Amino acid sequence: MKPDAIQVRNLSFSYDKTAILQDITFTLKQGDFLGIIGPNGGGKTTLLKLLLGILAPDKGEILVLGEAPHDAKHRIGYVPQHTDFNLRFPVSAIDIVLMGRLRRSSIGRPYSRKDRSNAEKALDRVGMAEYRHTHIGELSGGQRQRVFIARALAAMPEIFFLDEPTAGIDPHFETDLFSFLKELNKEATIVVVTHDIGVISSNVKSVACVNRTMIFHEQGKITPEMIDMAYQCPVDLVAHGLPHRVFADHEEK
Amino acid sequence: MCEALQFEFMRNALLAGILVSISCGIIGSLVVVNRIVFISGGLAHAAYGGIGLAFFTGTPPILGAALFSVAFSMIMAAVSFKNRHRADTIIGVIWAVGMALGIILIDITPGYNVDLMSYLFGSILAVPKSDIWYMIPLDIIIVSSVVILYKEFLAMSYDEEFTFIAGIPVRLLYFFLLGMTALCVVMVIRVVGLILVIALLTIPPYIAEKYTRSLGRMMALACLLGILFTVLGLWLSYSYNLTSGATIVMVAAVAFFISQSFEITKKRNKIKVRK
Repeated sequence: MKPDAIQVRNLSFSYDKTAILQDITFTLKQGDFLGIIGPNGGGKTTLLKLLLGILAPDKGEILVLGEAPHDAKHRIGYVPQHTDFNLRFPVSAIDIVLMGRLRRSSIGRPYSRKDRSNAEKALDRVGMAEYRHTHIGELSGGQRQRVFIARALAAMPEIFFLDEPTAGIDPHFETDLFSFLKELNKEATIVVVTHDIGVISSNVKSVACVNRTMIFHEQGKITPEMIDMAYQCPVDLVAHGLPHRVFADHEEK
Repeated sequence: MCEALQFEFMRNALLAGILVSISCGIIGSLVVVNRIVFISGGLAHAAYGGIGLAFFTGTPPILGAALFSVAFSMIMAAVSFKNRHRADTIIGVIWAVGMALGIILIDITPGYNVDLMSYLFGSILAVPKSDIWYMIPLDIIIVSSVVILYKEFLAMSYDEEFTFIAGIPVRLLYFFLLGMTALCVVMVIRVVGLILVIALLTIPPYIAEKYTRSLGRMMALACLLGILFTVLGLWLSYSYNLTSGATIVMVAAVAFFISQSFEITKKRNKIKVRK
Protein backbone atom coordinates (compact mmCIF):
# COMPACT_ATOMS: atom_id res chain seq x y z
CA MET A 1 0.00 0.00 0.00
CA LYS A 2 1.21 3.48 -0.84
CA PRO A 3 2.05 5.57 2.22
CA ASP A 4 -0.02 8.70 2.78
CA ALA A 5 1.33 11.84 1.15
CA ILE A 6 1.22 13.70 4.44
CA GLN A 7 0.52 12.39 7.90
CA VAL A 8 0.51 14.92 10.71
CA ARG A 9 -0.30 13.96 14.28
CA ASN A 10 -0.76 16.34 17.25
CA LEU A 11 1.59 18.91 15.74
CA SER A 12 2.37 22.00 17.79
CA PHE A 13 4.85 24.77 17.07
CA SER A 14 5.63 28.10 18.73
CA TYR A 15 8.01 31.01 18.21
CA ASP A 16 9.30 32.44 21.49
CA LYS A 17 6.42 30.98 23.50
CA THR A 18 3.79 32.35 21.11
CA ALA A 19 1.82 29.39 19.83
CA ILE A 20 1.72 29.48 16.03
CA LEU A 21 0.21 26.07 15.50
CA GLN A 22 -1.63 23.97 18.04
CA ASP A 23 -2.51 20.30 18.01
CA ILE A 24 -2.87 19.79 14.28
CA THR A 25 -3.79 16.36 12.99
CA PHE A 26 -4.58 15.45 9.41
CA THR A 27 -3.83 12.91 6.71
CA LEU A 28 -3.53 13.63 3.01
CA LYS A 29 -3.65 10.77 0.50
CA GLN A 30 -1.33 10.59 -2.49
CA GLY A 31 -2.82 12.10 -5.62
CA ASP A 32 -4.76 14.68 -3.64
CA PHE A 33 -4.78 18.41 -4.40
CA LEU A 34 -4.90 20.34 -1.14
CA GLY A 35 -5.53 24.05 -0.79
CA ILE A 36 -4.45 25.56 2.50
CA ILE A 37 -6.21 28.82 3.28
CA GLY A 38 -6.26 31.06 6.32
CA PRO A 39 -5.60 34.61 7.45
CA ASN A 40 -2.19 36.21 7.17
CA GLY A 41 -0.09 35.30 10.18
CA GLY A 42 -2.33 32.29 10.83
CA GLY A 43 0.53 29.83 10.43
CA LYS A 44 0.14 28.64 6.82
CA THR A 45 3.76 29.25 5.87
CA THR A 46 4.96 27.88 9.21
CA LEU A 47 3.03 24.67 8.57
CA LEU A 48 4.63 24.44 5.14
CA LYS A 49 8.11 24.95 6.58
CA LEU A 50 7.44 22.19 9.10
CA LEU A 51 6.33 19.88 6.30
CA LEU A 52 9.50 20.73 4.37
CA GLY A 53 11.73 20.08 7.39
CA ILE A 54 13.02 23.66 7.52
CA LEU A 55 11.54 23.98 11.00
CA ALA A 56 11.29 21.22 13.59
CA PRO A 57 8.03 20.75 15.53
CA ASP A 58 7.83 21.33 19.28
CA LYS A 59 5.46 18.44 19.64
CA GLY A 60 3.88 15.87 17.38
CA GLU A 61 4.86 13.86 14.36
CA ILE A 62 5.14 14.64 10.66
CA LEU A 63 5.54 12.09 7.91
CA VAL A 64 5.80 13.05 4.26
CA LEU A 65 5.43 10.10 1.89
CA GLY A 66 5.98 7.87 4.93
CA GLU A 67 9.32 9.47 5.85
CA ALA A 68 10.55 12.25 8.10
CA PRO A 69 10.45 15.49 6.06
CA HIS A 70 14.20 15.86 5.76
CA ASP A 71 14.60 12.26 4.57
CA ALA A 72 11.90 12.73 1.94
CA LYS A 73 13.63 15.84 0.56
CA HIS A 74 14.34 14.54 -2.92
CA ARG A 75 10.73 13.47 -3.35
CA ILE A 76 9.47 16.95 -2.47
CA GLY A 77 9.22 19.89 -4.86
CA TYR A 78 9.05 23.35 -3.31
CA VAL A 79 8.08 26.69 -4.83
CA PRO A 80 8.74 29.45 -2.29
CA GLN A 81 6.54 32.45 -1.62
CA HIS A 82 8.72 35.28 -2.89
CA THR A 83 10.62 34.89 -6.09
CA ASP A 84 11.49 38.56 -6.44
CA PHE A 85 14.49 38.44 -4.11
CA ASN A 86 17.98 38.94 -5.47
CA LEU A 87 16.93 40.26 -8.88
CA ARG A 88 20.41 41.61 -9.53
CA PHE A 89 21.99 38.24 -8.83
CA PRO A 90 23.95 37.01 -11.85
CA VAL A 91 21.95 33.88 -12.71
CA SER A 92 20.02 32.82 -15.78
CA ALA A 93 16.79 30.82 -15.80
CA ILE A 94 18.54 27.52 -16.51
CA ASP A 95 21.00 28.09 -13.62
CA ILE A 96 18.05 28.34 -11.24
CA VAL A 97 16.26 25.30 -12.65
CA LEU A 98 19.47 23.27 -12.31
CA MET A 99 19.41 23.98 -8.56
CA GLY A 100 16.47 21.58 -8.44
CA ARG A 101 18.98 18.84 -9.27
CA LEU A 102 21.24 19.49 -6.27
CA ARG A 103 22.02 16.38 -4.26
CA ARG A 104 24.18 15.82 -1.24
CA SER A 105 25.70 12.83 -3.07
CA SER A 106 26.89 14.95 -5.98
CA ILE A 107 28.58 17.71 -3.98
CA GLY A 108 31.83 18.77 -5.61
CA ARG A 109 30.93 17.46 -9.04
CA PRO A 110 29.45 19.42 -11.94
CA TYR A 111 25.87 18.77 -13.03
CA SER A 112 25.58 15.56 -15.03
CA ARG A 113 24.16 15.28 -18.53
CA LYS A 114 21.01 13.81 -17.01
CA ASP A 115 20.71 16.78 -14.64
CA ARG A 116 20.95 19.11 -17.60
CA SER A 117 18.43 17.27 -19.74
CA ASN A 118 15.96 17.10 -16.85
CA ALA A 119 16.36 20.81 -16.21
CA GLU A 120 15.84 21.58 -19.92
CA LYS A 121 12.72 19.39 -19.97
CA ALA A 122 11.33 21.09 -16.87
CA LEU A 123 11.91 24.52 -18.38
CA ASP A 124 10.25 23.40 -21.60
CA ARG A 125 7.28 22.05 -19.70
CA VAL A 126 6.50 25.42 -18.13
CA GLY A 127 6.89 27.07 -21.54
CA MET A 128 10.09 28.90 -20.72
CA ALA A 129 12.60 27.03 -22.92
CA GLU A 130 13.38 30.07 -25.06
CA TYR A 131 14.30 32.09 -21.98
CA ARG A 132 16.83 29.58 -20.66
CA HIS A 133 19.76 31.98 -20.85
CA THR A 134 17.83 35.09 -19.86
CA HIS A 135 18.97 36.89 -16.72
CA ILE A 136 16.48 36.40 -13.88
CA GLY A 137 16.04 40.15 -13.42
CA GLU A 138 14.82 40.57 -17.00
CA LEU A 139 11.88 38.18 -16.57
CA SER A 140 8.37 39.27 -15.56
CA GLY A 141 6.82 38.12 -12.30
CA GLY A 142 4.83 35.37 -14.00
CA GLN A 143 7.82 34.16 -16.01
CA ARG A 144 9.93 34.07 -12.88
CA GLN A 145 7.29 32.03 -11.11
CA ARG A 146 7.36 29.55 -14.00
CA VAL A 147 11.13 29.25 -13.63
CA PHE A 148 10.72 28.44 -9.95
CA ILE A 149 8.06 25.86 -10.75
CA ALA A 150 10.48 24.35 -13.27
CA ARG A 151 13.13 24.21 -10.55
CA ALA A 152 10.75 22.15 -8.41
CA LEU A 153 9.82 19.99 -11.43
CA ALA A 154 13.46 19.28 -12.28
CA ALA A 155 13.79 17.05 -9.22
CA MET A 156 10.80 15.01 -10.49
CA PRO A 157 9.14 15.03 -7.06
CA GLU A 158 6.11 13.06 -5.91
CA ILE A 159 4.65 15.92 -3.93
CA PHE A 160 4.66 19.66 -4.64
CA PHE A 161 4.39 22.47 -2.13
CA LEU A 162 3.58 25.94 -3.47
CA ASP A 163 3.49 28.94 -1.14
CA GLU A 164 1.26 31.79 -2.39
CA PRO A 165 2.22 31.11 -6.01
CA THR A 166 -0.03 33.79 -7.45
CA ALA A 167 0.66 36.63 -5.03
CA GLY A 168 1.35 39.85 -6.88
CA ILE A 169 1.05 38.31 -10.33
CA ASP A 170 -1.62 39.10 -12.92
CA PRO A 171 -4.92 37.13 -12.91
CA HIS A 172 -4.16 35.63 -16.32
CA PHE A 173 -1.19 33.81 -14.80
CA GLU A 174 -3.44 32.49 -12.05
CA THR A 175 -5.71 30.72 -14.54
CA ASP A 176 -2.75 29.29 -16.44
CA LEU A 177 -1.08 28.15 -13.24
CA PHE A 178 -4.07 26.25 -11.93
CA SER A 179 -4.75 24.49 -15.20
CA PHE A 180 -1.06 23.52 -15.23
CA LEU A 181 -1.31 22.26 -11.65
CA LYS A 182 -4.44 20.24 -12.50
CA GLU A 183 -2.47 18.53 -15.24
CA LEU A 184 0.48 17.98 -12.91
CA ASN A 185 -1.87 16.55 -10.29
CA LYS A 186 -2.32 13.47 -12.51
CA GLU A 187 1.18 12.39 -11.55
CA ALA A 188 1.88 14.07 -8.22
CA THR A 189 0.25 15.26 -5.00
CA ILE A 190 -0.10 19.03 -4.77
CA VAL A 191 -0.35 21.33 -1.78
CA VAL A 192 -1.02 25.03 -2.43
CA VAL A 193 -0.97 27.66 0.27
CA THR A 194 -2.99 30.77 -0.56
CA HIS A 195 -5.09 33.44 1.06
CA ASP A 196 -7.28 33.52 -2.04
CA ILE A 197 -10.31 31.27 -1.58
CA GLY A 198 -11.79 32.02 -4.97
CA VAL A 199 -9.08 30.32 -6.96
CA ILE A 200 -8.93 27.38 -4.55
CA SER A 201 -12.63 26.63 -4.65
CA SER A 202 -12.86 25.68 -8.29
CA ASN A 203 -9.59 23.77 -8.54
CA VAL A 204 -8.63 21.76 -5.49
CA LYS A 205 -9.84 18.41 -4.19
CA SER A 206 -9.53 19.14 -0.47
CA VAL A 207 -9.31 22.27 1.61
CA ALA A 208 -7.75 23.07 4.95
CA CYS A 209 -8.05 26.31 6.84
CA VAL A 210 -5.21 27.17 9.21
CA ASN A 211 -5.39 29.74 11.96
CA ARG A 212 -3.41 28.33 14.87
CA THR A 213 -5.64 25.27 14.67
CA MET A 214 -6.76 23.59 11.50
CA ILE A 215 -10.01 22.52 9.89
CA PHE A 216 -9.58 19.94 7.18
CA HIS A 217 -12.19 19.07 4.59
CA GLU A 218 -11.52 16.18 2.26
CA GLN A 219 -14.26 17.02 -0.20
CA GLY A 220 -12.84 20.40 -0.90
CA LYS A 221 -15.78 22.25 0.63
CA ILE A 222 -15.11 25.51 2.36
CA THR A 223 -17.29 25.29 5.44
CA PRO A 224 -18.77 28.22 7.36
CA GLU A 225 -16.38 27.42 10.23
CA MET A 226 -13.47 27.96 7.89
CA ILE A 227 -14.90 31.28 6.87
CA ASP A 228 -15.26 32.21 10.52
CA MET A 229 -11.70 31.19 11.12
CA ALA A 230 -10.30 33.05 8.17
CA TYR A 231 -12.58 36.02 8.51
CA GLN A 232 -11.16 38.03 5.68
CA CYS A 233 -11.85 35.22 3.23
CA PRO A 234 -15.44 36.25 2.33
CA VAL A 235 -14.03 39.37 0.70
CA ASP A 236 -12.11 37.21 -1.72
CA LEU A 237 -15.15 35.03 -2.23
CA VAL A 238 -17.39 37.88 -3.25
CA ALA A 239 -14.69 39.33 -5.44
CA HIS A 240 -14.48 36.11 -7.41
CA GLY A 241 -18.22 35.65 -7.58
CA LEU A 242 -18.13 31.96 -6.77
CA PRO A 243 -19.78 31.66 -3.34
CA HIS A 244 -22.41 29.10 -4.43
CA ARG A 245 -19.70 26.69 -5.51
CA VAL A 246 -17.84 26.63 -2.26
CA PHE A 247 -20.29 27.17 0.56
CA ALA A 248 -21.75 24.10 2.15
CA ASP A 249 -25.46 24.69 2.56
CA HIS A 250 -26.29 25.80 6.06
CA GLU A 251 -29.56 23.85 6.20
CA GLU A 252 -27.88 20.54 5.38
CA LYS A 253 -26.45 20.15 8.82
CA MET B 1 56.78 50.42 -16.56
CA CYS B 2 59.25 48.22 -18.47
CA GLU B 3 62.28 49.86 -16.94
CA ALA B 4 60.62 49.59 -13.53
CA LEU B 5 60.40 45.84 -14.01
CA GLN B 6 64.16 45.61 -13.84
CA PHE B 7 63.81 46.00 -10.08
CA GLU B 8 63.00 42.85 -8.19
CA PHE B 9 60.68 44.68 -5.77
CA MET B 10 58.65 45.84 -8.76
CA ARG B 11 58.38 42.33 -10.18
CA ASN B 12 57.32 41.06 -6.75
CA ALA B 13 54.77 43.85 -6.45
CA LEU B 14 53.29 43.03 -9.83
CA LEU B 15 53.10 39.33 -9.04
CA ALA B 16 51.55 40.00 -5.62
CA GLY B 17 49.02 42.33 -7.23
CA ILE B 18 47.98 39.68 -9.73
CA LEU B 19 47.74 36.93 -7.09
CA VAL B 20 45.69 39.12 -4.80
CA SER B 21 43.39 40.23 -7.64
CA ILE B 22 42.57 36.62 -8.48
CA SER B 23 41.54 35.66 -4.96
CA CYS B 24 39.75 38.98 -4.46
CA GLY B 25 37.80 38.58 -7.69
CA ILE B 26 36.56 35.14 -6.67
CA ILE B 27 35.98 35.63 -2.95
CA GLY B 28 34.84 39.22 -3.47
CA SER B 29 32.14 38.00 -5.88
CA LEU B 30 30.85 35.60 -3.24
CA VAL B 31 31.09 38.31 -0.58
CA VAL B 32 29.10 40.74 -2.72
CA VAL B 33 26.33 38.32 -3.72
CA ASN B 34 26.03 36.98 -0.17
CA ARG B 35 25.93 40.53 1.19
CA ILE B 36 28.65 39.93 3.76
CA VAL B 37 30.77 42.97 2.91
CA PHE B 38 30.52 44.23 6.49
CA ILE B 39 31.68 40.87 7.82
CA SER B 40 34.70 40.91 5.53
CA GLY B 41 35.54 44.42 6.76
CA GLY B 42 35.30 43.15 10.33
CA LEU B 43 37.60 40.25 9.48
CA ALA B 44 40.18 42.60 7.98
CA HIS B 45 40.32 44.71 11.10
CA ALA B 46 40.23 41.76 13.45
CA ALA B 47 43.20 40.36 11.52
CA TYR B 48 45.20 43.24 12.94
CA GLY B 49 44.95 41.52 16.31
CA GLY B 50 46.64 38.55 14.69
CA ILE B 51 49.43 40.71 13.31
CA GLY B 52 49.99 42.14 16.79
CA LEU B 53 50.03 38.66 18.27
CA ALA B 54 52.52 37.51 15.64
CA PHE B 55 54.87 40.43 16.39
CA PHE B 56 54.54 39.74 20.10
CA THR B 57 55.34 36.04 19.78
CA GLY B 58 57.88 36.50 17.01
CA THR B 59 56.08 34.42 14.37
CA PRO B 60 55.70 35.56 10.74
CA PRO B 61 52.99 38.27 10.66
CA ILE B 62 51.10 36.81 7.71
CA LEU B 63 50.80 33.47 9.52
CA GLY B 64 49.63 35.10 12.74
CA ALA B 65 47.12 37.22 10.89
CA ALA B 66 45.84 34.20 8.94
CA LEU B 67 45.30 32.03 12.02
CA PHE B 68 43.74 34.84 14.02
CA SER B 69 41.50 35.95 11.20
CA VAL B 70 40.29 32.42 10.47
CA ALA B 71 39.48 31.93 14.17
CA PHE B 72 37.50 35.17 14.19
CA SER B 73 35.75 34.23 10.96
CA MET B 74 34.40 31.08 12.63
CA ILE B 75 32.97 33.18 15.46
CA MET B 76 31.45 35.58 12.96
CA ALA B 77 30.01 32.71 10.95
CA ALA B 78 28.36 31.27 14.06
CA VAL B 79 26.95 34.66 15.01
CA SER B 80 25.72 35.65 11.56
CA PHE B 81 24.47 32.37 10.09
CA LYS B 82 21.06 32.29 11.79
CA ASN B 83 20.48 35.99 11.99
CA ARG B 84 22.31 37.89 9.31
CA HIS B 85 20.51 41.15 9.87
CA ARG B 86 20.99 41.35 13.62
CA ALA B 87 24.63 40.26 13.62
CA ASP B 88 26.05 43.66 12.67
CA THR B 89 26.49 44.87 16.27
CA ILE B 90 28.54 41.84 17.28
CA ILE B 91 30.59 42.13 14.09
CA GLY B 92 31.25 45.76 14.98
CA VAL B 93 32.46 44.72 18.42
CA ILE B 94 34.79 42.04 17.03
CA TRP B 95 36.02 44.59 14.47
CA ALA B 96 37.05 47.07 17.18
CA VAL B 97 38.34 44.53 19.69
CA GLY B 98 40.61 42.81 17.16
CA MET B 99 42.13 46.11 16.15
CA ALA B 100 42.63 47.34 19.72
CA LEU B 101 44.20 44.04 20.71
CA GLY B 102 46.66 44.32 17.84
CA ILE B 103 47.74 47.83 18.81
CA ILE B 104 48.22 46.94 22.49
CA LEU B 105 50.20 43.81 21.61
CA ILE B 106 52.50 45.89 19.41
CA ASP B 107 52.81 48.47 22.21
CA ILE B 108 54.08 45.89 24.65
CA THR B 109 56.34 44.19 22.13
CA PRO B 110 59.90 45.28 22.84
CA GLY B 111 61.86 46.80 19.97
CA TYR B 112 61.38 49.09 17.05
CA ASN B 113 58.01 48.67 15.25
CA VAL B 114 58.39 50.37 11.91
CA ASP B 115 56.09 48.00 10.08
CA LEU B 116 52.85 49.19 11.67
CA MET B 117 51.79 51.65 8.99
CA SER B 118 52.50 49.18 6.23
CA TYR B 119 49.73 46.92 7.56
CA LEU B 120 47.28 49.76 7.85
CA PHE B 121 47.82 51.21 4.39
CA GLY B 122 49.61 48.42 2.57
CA SER B 123 53.09 48.20 1.17
CA ILE B 124 52.94 46.32 -2.09
CA LEU B 125 56.36 47.65 -3.05
CA ALA B 126 57.87 46.01 0.02
CA VAL B 127 56.35 42.55 -0.54
CA PRO B 128 59.21 40.08 -0.03
CA LYS B 129 59.62 36.91 -2.12
CA SER B 130 58.68 34.87 0.95
CA ASP B 131 55.20 36.42 1.02
CA ILE B 132 54.67 35.46 -2.60
CA TRP B 133 55.31 31.88 -1.52
CA TYR B 134 52.42 32.19 0.95
CA MET B 135 50.16 33.72 -1.65
CA ILE B 136 50.53 31.09 -4.36
CA PRO B 137 49.18 28.14 -2.31
CA LEU B 138 46.46 30.37 -0.85
CA ASP B 139 45.37 31.31 -4.35
CA ILE B 140 45.40 27.67 -5.40
CA ILE B 141 43.30 26.68 -2.37
CA ILE B 142 40.76 29.44 -2.99
CA VAL B 143 40.45 28.89 -6.74
CA SER B 144 40.19 25.11 -6.55
CA SER B 145 37.71 25.16 -3.64
CA VAL B 146 35.40 27.49 -5.49
CA VAL B 147 35.74 25.54 -8.75
CA ILE B 148 34.97 22.24 -7.01
CA LEU B 149 32.06 23.58 -4.96
CA TYR B 150 30.85 26.05 -7.58
CA LYS B 151 27.29 24.81 -7.97
CA GLU B 152 26.80 24.53 -4.21
CA PHE B 153 28.18 28.03 -3.58
CA LEU B 154 26.00 29.41 -6.36
CA ALA B 155 22.87 27.77 -4.96
CA MET B 156 23.60 28.77 -1.37
CA SER B 157 24.29 32.37 -2.36
CA TYR B 158 21.12 32.63 -4.43
CA ASP B 159 18.62 30.73 -2.28
CA GLU B 160 19.91 29.38 1.00
CA GLU B 161 16.60 27.91 2.12
CA PHE B 162 16.06 25.90 -1.05
CA THR B 163 19.66 24.67 -0.97
CA PHE B 164 19.16 23.50 2.61
CA ILE B 165 16.01 21.61 1.65
CA ALA B 166 17.95 19.90 -1.16
CA GLY B 167 20.21 18.43 1.53
CA ILE B 168 23.30 20.56 0.98
CA PRO B 169 25.06 21.38 4.28
CA VAL B 170 24.72 25.15 3.87
CA ARG B 171 25.91 25.85 7.39
CA LEU B 172 29.21 24.12 6.76
CA LEU B 173 29.51 25.85 3.40
CA TYR B 174 28.92 29.24 5.00
CA PHE B 175 31.65 28.63 7.61
CA PHE B 176 33.96 27.55 4.81
CA LEU B 177 33.19 30.69 2.81
CA LEU B 178 33.97 32.93 5.78
CA GLY B 179 37.18 31.00 6.47
CA MET B 180 38.30 31.54 2.90
CA THR B 181 37.28 35.20 3.11
CA ALA B 182 39.52 35.53 6.17
CA LEU B 183 42.48 34.05 4.29
CA CYS B 184 41.82 36.26 1.30
CA VAL B 185 41.60 39.36 3.48
CA VAL B 186 44.96 38.56 5.09
CA MET B 187 46.50 38.43 1.62
CA VAL B 188 44.98 41.75 0.63
CA ILE B 189 46.22 43.45 3.80
CA ARG B 190 49.72 42.97 2.42
CA VAL B 191 48.87 44.84 -0.75
CA VAL B 192 46.47 47.66 0.03
CA GLY B 193 46.38 47.56 3.82
CA LEU B 194 43.48 46.66 6.03
CA ILE B 195 41.92 50.12 5.80
CA LEU B 196 41.43 49.70 2.08
CA VAL B 197 40.67 45.98 1.95
CA ILE B 198 36.96 46.39 1.39
CA ALA B 199 37.53 48.42 -1.78
CA LEU B 200 39.53 45.76 -3.58
CA LEU B 201 37.20 43.03 -2.36
CA THR B 202 34.01 44.76 -3.49
CA ILE B 203 34.63 47.22 -6.32
CA PRO B 204 35.75 44.76 -9.04
CA PRO B 205 32.91 42.27 -8.29
CA TYR B 206 30.38 45.07 -8.02
CA ILE B 207 31.28 46.38 -11.48
CA ALA B 208 31.46 42.84 -12.89
CA GLU B 209 28.01 41.96 -11.57
CA LYS B 210 26.41 44.52 -13.85
CA TYR B 211 27.86 43.12 -17.04
CA THR B 212 27.51 39.38 -16.47
CA ARG B 213 24.68 36.90 -16.17
CA SER B 214 26.46 34.09 -14.41
CA LEU B 215 28.39 33.96 -11.16
CA GLY B 216 31.34 32.28 -12.87
CA ARG B 217 31.67 35.05 -15.43
CA MET B 218 31.25 37.63 -12.71
CA MET B 219 34.22 36.06 -10.91
CA ALA B 220 36.33 35.97 -14.07
CA LEU B 221 35.57 39.58 -14.97
CA ALA B 222 36.18 40.69 -11.37
CA CYS B 223 39.62 39.00 -11.47
CA LEU B 224 40.51 40.77 -14.72
CA LEU B 225 39.31 44.13 -13.43
CA GLY B 226 41.27 43.63 -10.22
CA ILE B 227 44.44 42.88 -12.19
CA LEU B 228 43.85 45.94 -14.37
CA PHE B 229 43.34 48.19 -11.33
CA THR B 230 46.41 46.95 -9.47
CA VAL B 231 48.71 47.10 -12.49
CA LEU B 232 47.48 50.55 -13.48
CA GLY B 233 47.61 51.76 -9.88
CA LEU B 234 51.10 50.42 -9.46
CA TRP B 235 52.27 52.15 -12.63
CA LEU B 236 50.73 55.47 -11.58
CA SER B 237 52.17 55.24 -8.10
CA TYR B 238 55.61 54.49 -9.57
CA SER B 239 55.41 57.30 -12.12
CA TYR B 240 54.08 59.97 -9.79
CA ASN B 241 55.62 58.77 -6.54
CA LEU B 242 52.31 58.15 -4.76
CA THR B 243 51.35 55.62 -2.04
CA SER B 244 50.69 52.43 -3.99
CA GLY B 245 47.76 51.06 -1.94
CA ALA B 246 45.83 54.31 -2.07
CA THR B 247 46.55 54.75 -5.80
CA ILE B 248 45.23 51.25 -6.60
CA VAL B 249 42.03 51.98 -4.72
CA MET B 250 41.61 55.35 -6.44
CA VAL B 251 41.96 53.69 -9.85
CA ALA B 252 39.27 51.19 -8.81
CA ALA B 253 37.09 54.02 -7.53
CA VAL B 254 37.35 55.96 -10.79
CA ALA B 255 36.31 52.83 -12.72
CA PHE B 256 33.45 52.36 -10.27
CA PHE B 257 32.11 55.87 -10.85
CA ILE B 258 32.46 55.57 -14.62
CA SER B 259 30.51 52.30 -14.69
CA GLN B 260 27.92 53.75 -12.32
CA SER B 261 27.33 56.83 -14.46
CA PHE B 262 27.10 54.62 -17.56
CA GLU B 263 24.29 52.74 -15.88
CA ILE B 264 22.47 55.90 -14.91
CA THR B 265 22.60 57.28 -18.47
CA LYS B 266 21.44 53.90 -19.77
CA LYS B 267 18.42 54.00 -17.45
CA ARG B 268 17.65 57.59 -18.47
CA ASN B 269 17.74 56.63 -22.13
CA LYS B 270 15.40 53.74 -21.48
CA ILE B 271 12.90 56.08 -19.86
CA LYS B 272 13.15 58.44 -22.84
CA VAL B 273 12.45 55.60 -25.26
CA ARG B 274 9.38 54.58 -23.27
CA LYS B 275 8.03 58.12 -23.37
